[in-house]
Amino acid sequence: MLKDKVILYFLAFMLTCIGIGVTVYKIHSLHFPLFPNERVPVWTIGATINFEATGEPVSVILNLPTNNTDLAILDYSESSDGYGFNTFMREGREYAKWTKREATGRQTLYFSMNVLENHDASGPIDYHDSFQPDPSSVVLNNEEQQVAERLIKKSYNQSSDNHSFAVELIKLTNAKESSAQLNQLLQKNTTRLDMARLVYNLLLASKIPARLSMGLEIHTEKRSQYPIYFVEIYQNHQWIILNPVTAEEGLPKGTILWRRGGDSLIDVIGGRNSQITFSAVKSPLSAKQVAFRSSQLNEVTDTLMDFSIYALPAESQKAFKTILLVPIGALIIVILRILVGIRTSGTFMPILIALAFMQTTLIPGLLMFLAIVSVGLLIRFLLTSLNLLLVARISAVVIVVIFLMAIFSILSVKLGLNSVMTITFFPMIILAWTIERMSILWEEEGGKEVLIQGGGSLLMASIAYLFMINPLMRHLSFNFPELLLVVLALLLLIGQYSGYRLTELHRFSPLIKH
Amino acid sequence: MFFSRPKALKDKGLLSMNARNVKYIGTYNPRHLFPNVDNKLKTKKLAEKHQIAVPKLLGVIKHQFEVKKIDTILKPLDAFVIKPASGSTGKGILVITGKQASEFFGVDGHSIQLPDIKKHVSNILSGLYSLGGKPDTAMIEALVHFDPVFDQYSYQGVPDIRVIVFQGYPVMAMLRLSTKASKGKANLHQGAVGVGICIATGKSIKAVQFNKHIKKHPDTKIAFDKLAIPHWQNLLRLAASCYELTQLGYIGIDIVLDKQEGPQILELNARPGLAIQIANGKGLAPRLEYIEKETASRSVNERVTFSQQMFSN
Repeated sequence: MLKDKVILYFLAFMLTCIGIGVTVYKIHSLHFPLFPNERVPVWTIGATINFEATGEPVSVILNLPTNNTDLAILDYSESSDGYGFNTFMREGREYAKWTKREATGRQTLYFSMNVLENHDASGPIDYHDSFQPDPSSVVLNNEEQQVAERLIKKSYNQSSDNHSFAVELIKLTNAKESSAQLNQLLQKNTTRLDMARLVYNLLLASKIPARLSMGLEIHTEKRSQYPIYFVEIYQNHQWIILNPVTAEEGLPKGTILWRRGGDSLIDVIGGRNSQITFSAVKSPLSAKQVAFRSSQLNEVTDTLMDFSIYALPAESQKAFKTILLVPIGALIIVILRILVGIRTSGTFMPILIALAFMQTTLIPGLLMFLAIVSVGLLIRFLLTSLNLLLVARISAVVIVVIFLMAIFSILSVKLGLNSVMTITFFPMIILAWTIERMSILWEEEGGKEVLIQGGGSLLMASIAYLFMINPLMRHLSFNFPELLLVVLALLLLIGQYSGYRLTELHRFSPLIKH
Repeated sequence: MFFSRPKALKDKGLLSMNARNVKYIGTYNPRHLFPNVDNKLKTKKLAEKHQIAVPKLLGVIKHQFEVKKIDTILKPLDAFVIKPASGSTGKGILVITGKQASEFFGVDGHSIQLPDIKKHVSNILSGLYSLGGKPDTAMIEALVHFDPVFDQYSYQGVPDIRVIVFQGYPVMAMLRLSTKASKGKANLHQGAVGVGICIATGKSIKAVQFNKHIKKHPDTKIAFDKLAIPHWQNLLRLAASCYELTQLGYIGIDIVLDKQEGPQILELNARPGLAIQIANGKGLAPRLEYIEKETASRSVNERVTFSQQMFSN
């Protein structure tokens, strides 16, 4: 006995732990929202490409960001007028490609993606990617060559490795007290892009593996975003990101790397004067949608999702939304029967009625139920005199119930009461059995017992309905089905409750008076 | 007081429905033995085998086609009872007390025609009164000729004695008397009177109707204080021997007194109700717990003696 109890408590405890554990994991790591209608901010980053088409076949290739920053890319979309669109991978990089047979005049292509801020569901920045450093392709004239060599030499002497060399180089090239020669080299080089290119070229000239990267700072909402540039150097099998002006290491917070080395950002064939502008807009998105999408980015969580209810077709998901509410109703019934002691006609009939109420809503549902059962009882009493066998009689009652449903529906349409149409959601076999049971109860135990049990059933159905219709319950039961294990644990515990029911406190109270 | 404190009920030793289900029925009544009591035909055959007094079985109808032949079974009978073998809480019992030509008479003398009886039997066979609507068997058994000892205490109906037997020990008893309010039925929640009976002496302890203490029968106006059950010793022995018959640890036994035959088992119940506690003004729990501690194996007579010593009022 005692051992059984220990096992039961242990089982209930384990079930609760698993249920709550998985829920916490989903909330914490997969960012499932605990409450319905939770929203999280999502950045929509847009890239607009403009160019003049020359009338030849057009092909535009855009280098796409990879998912290797601390911002997770949820999805992307594009819009263009009459262009074919596809994406492809080449050497580990992703590209978007627009194509059109013939185009003239000004063309606009739009590409946008949703990015989630500071989201740890995506991987950290990949510093170990295998992209080859860009090959050296710098052409400097004699004079420039001399300045460059001096800069490189000086940096080399003041540094110990590739990293410190690059830092020194950046410092020297940005120094205010630069020499005249340096100024000459820097002639037109004043923007961050120019600085980045210069440092990059100097690094390549000194045979240090490096690449030029471009990113967007999206922590502020801007209609037009200006790309910022970085230089990356390779050392000890990893990439180091450097600010080409301040030599600061690493990626500033809220920055998404769009391109890391490689070909040019856009490549337009069949057009000229191509231009790309960026924008970043913050927009709230359903937290569940975000969690769902971002979990697809990770292989493990994607597999988890693939074996969850979300993998089912929409129709089945809808069915499960209802099915997963049944245990809530069952729990209510167990509580009301075992702890309160309400008597009902048929153990789980109230759940089925509550499910029907979800379609009809409460008051119309109650009225329709009462209407059908009372008319059904009346007809059932007429059937009594026909001396029918049980199965035949119940089948007859089923047909009567169907007729009643049809009559109520037709009358309601004629009267313009559309809500009565939902009457068809009542399970008719259950209605027929209810009518049958109630009529026997009436004959044997009298109308009072019919009222007690019928009233008890409807009260239970109404309470179960109120729980099942609750948005939080619906949200939790569908999105965290593992919480059913907690319900199971509760059922196990209530199942061995041997104390008094609330109704017994009343029933036995005459014994206490004396 | 509409509600009592759970503590007060516990101190009084009152057994709750949940405790009955979990601690006693769930623990002492193995599921596979339930048919021994749920199927009255099986109970009757077991009782006859163990030579335990039951009303005589006069006929069995198992199939719908046999319903037509019921005339031949009923022909020699003046008074009989038709009941479903698997009926619950006294449902579907038809009592015929007399016959004149082709007309039968029910408990209160109302006329019942043969087609009515056939319909009733056919309802029983189709499972109207059985749990879950399973097809059932109809039994025709001898009508008990009640000992007139309870006549002044009962309004129509069948006065019966319910004894709770736990592991073969009678632990509590009550007499159920029908009233006008209960329409001649012995169901307490329908208004029958429950009289608590002292296990030691067979004398009345107190009487209740609708959960309220009463001194006199509401219809016959006879006081209960002089009431004592005759053949008490035999009756307890009969009840206690049902343990060997059913092997069920916790049962309710319904016994009637026949004028000639004495106590007879009418029905066994593997899920006896708790109203007996109200009729006795006492809780079952302390007595059950006391018996649970008993390990000695005793004969029927020894158990009855033990109970009478321990559970005297």
